[in-house]
Amino acid sequence: MAEYLLIESRDPFESNDVGYYYELARGLVEAGNKVTLFLVQNAVFAARPSAEAPKLRALAGSGVKILADDFALKERGIAKLVDGVAVAPIETVVDHLEAGHKALWH
Amino acid sequence: MSQKTFAVALMNPPYESENLTTAFRILAAMAQRGHKISVFTYEGASALAFAKQAPHPNPVHGKNLAEENHPTTKDQVAALLALAAKNGGKVDWVNCGMCVDERGVGEFVADTRRGSPADFHSFCEAADNVLAIPVK
Repeated sequence: MAEYLLIESRDPFESNDVGYYYELARGLVEAGNKVTLFLVQNAVFAARPSAEAPKLRALAGSGVKILADDFALKERGIAKLVDGVAVAPIETVVDHLEAGHKALWH
Repeated sequence: MSQKTFAVALMNPPYESENLTTAFRILAAMAQRGHKISVFTYEGASALAFAKQAPHPNPVHGKNLAEENHPTTKDQVAALLALAAKNGGKVDWVNCGMCVDERGVGEFVADTRRGSPADFHSFCEAADNVLAIPVK
């Protein structure tokens, strides 16, 4: 089993590629790996409770750990998150790199 | 946590993408922890350490140079190097030579250097982990 950090920077309402990245996260978990999806920049828009983002909500229940960058949330005035997404500082990325997890940026 | 070595690739040019804001935040967090950081800047990112960058006033908002306090990426690079050194780490900042020649940005801030993609290959071989941040 490997551990992955998938960093998503894109807004799913702007880029259809984001859905494929979610599928990659799900696929890695289904293959027996441990996956953290870290939302940064405009990717955090999908984590608003009011957002029409069913793919992210579905991912939250699939075994992928989903985190949202505190700075990106603050910049955008987002205070509430959908269930299954937790706030995290940017140091989380360094924690994963220190631990030797495979890191991908999208 | 013991000192680690990280290889990081950047491609975004200055002043265009939030990718760099996030990248510098990650790099600063690494430097804060005293890690060794090898940064390879490719394509537009090769201008990040260009020494002739200059801050500017903002006449639209009626602000002079000091009031505007416009950040430059060359200063952010210098600050990153200083932060790493202060915490017992080190940054090896390499600017892609062909990329800087194309753009005329071959004068760098102190303690950064010219290199090639072969440096990034060496960085990856020597690193405990790698993070590549591509353009969108």
